[in-house]
Amino acid sequence: MRLTVNGIESEISSPPLTPLLHVLRDELDVTSPKAGCQQGGCGTCTVLVDGEPRRSCLTPVAAVDGASITTLEGVGEPERLSPVQAAFYEKYAAQCGFCTPGMIMAATALIDRKGGPVERDEVLEALGGHYCRCTGYVKIVDAVMAASRGEVGDVQDLPVSEAGEPSVEVHGSPA
Amino acid sequence: MAPQVLIPQSADEAATLYGDGEGITVFAGGTILMPELASGRIRPERALLLHASGLSGIRSDGGVIRIGAMTPVAALVDGPVPWLLSIYATHVADYEVRQSATIGGNICAPPGRESQRGDLGAALIALGARVRSAGKGGERTEAVEDFLSGDRSGRLVLEIEIDVDAARKSGASGKRRKHAHSYAIANVAIAERDGELRVAVAGVGPTAVRCRSVEASRDPQDVLEDVDPVDDAVATAEYRRQILPLLVREALDRLETE
Repeated sequence: MRLTVNGIESEISSPPLTPLLHVLRDELDVTSPKAGCQQGGCGTCTVLVDGEPRRSCLTPVAAVDGASITTLEGVGEPERLSPVQAAFYEKYAAQCGFCTPGMIMAATALIDRKGGPVERDEVLEALGGHYCRCTGYVKIVDAVMAASRGEVGDVQDLPVSEAGEPSVEVHGSPA
Repeated sequence: MAPQVLIPQSADEAATLYGDGEGITVFAGGTILMPELASGRIRPERALLLHASGLSGIRSDGGVIRIGAMTPVAALVDGPVPWLLSIYATHVADYEVRQSATIGGNICAPPGRESQRGDLGAALIALGARVRSAGKGGERTEAVEDFLSGDRSGRLVLEIEIDVDAARKSGASGKRRKHAHSYAIANVAIAERDGELRVAVAGVGPTAVRCRSVEASRDPQDVLEDVDPVDDAVATAEYRRQILPLLVREALDRLETE
């Protein structure tokens, strides 16, 4: 089996029924899709399969053999955010951030589909299967609508270090 | 032990590999089976994956609409199918799950541990849909209500057929939980053709059911003679008994020209 993930083609050695989610995370080290509920109910594992958003936890890798997969890693980079990423930053649309990868993939696909400004009810429909347990939905929806209108704001002050890593220091054990 | 994985490249090959279905677990969209597999609740000996079998697509064939078993539910939302089927497709799960979930999987799904499944069943029965399936004894085509009430375990669904003029008028009403999976608490679908009503209910028990008592009397209360609602995590049987006659009344009142 072969997958092209964010433009890079790889031979896949995981068993054919392995969820695409675990192929991405465990075999290819692409960790933005999160293993949330793993029952298709939370949306944080959503990736684009040939441009369409799909739950990677519900997708046996064999069923997408040969497909082109886009994850958050393929959408933008710290110094070059995509419009949706920039709008999420600008509008404070992430709290803990666990749902954010799936939200951004679903929103990116929605804006690509519509090709222009999206209405609030279209965002609610597209993100209807994405849960934010911090319950910050208002800012997320605002961010998607702003991105669709090209209002990405000024992200010059994004805290990025020389090394390209977010300048966050972790003290002590994360546990 | 890792299951043997079979990936047929045509409908004929799928039917041959399926045989009489013994020891075979069929993966259509995977939206129900993948969590079962991940949690270890199922351990297939042989898995038949249908994504490459050419069973997806909607085509018009004379007076019949033919919907391949692997057609995603998303394709029914704005596809060339009767309104009554589209409206219930719209209510299945969410946008992304509808891209993966299939019409064949929807009618083959057994009830879950927490809710009933097969929410498209009411619309399909009301529309007089037929199921073409393979399995022991070869291919056969039967009314969807007969398929649902029979032994589905040895059948591989190939196609759903719906007459183009299946409904002159149709009506729908239902209740569901607002949730990503949003399985129905109760769905009612009614279609009228040549002055005859076809009434069906889904979501209240293990399969969708045709409601012949209501068809004969047009009395919404008679729906409780046709179905025996169950308790599950989305609603109690008592609640379903209370709302079903109201939903049937609503669907009858909404009968509109397609």
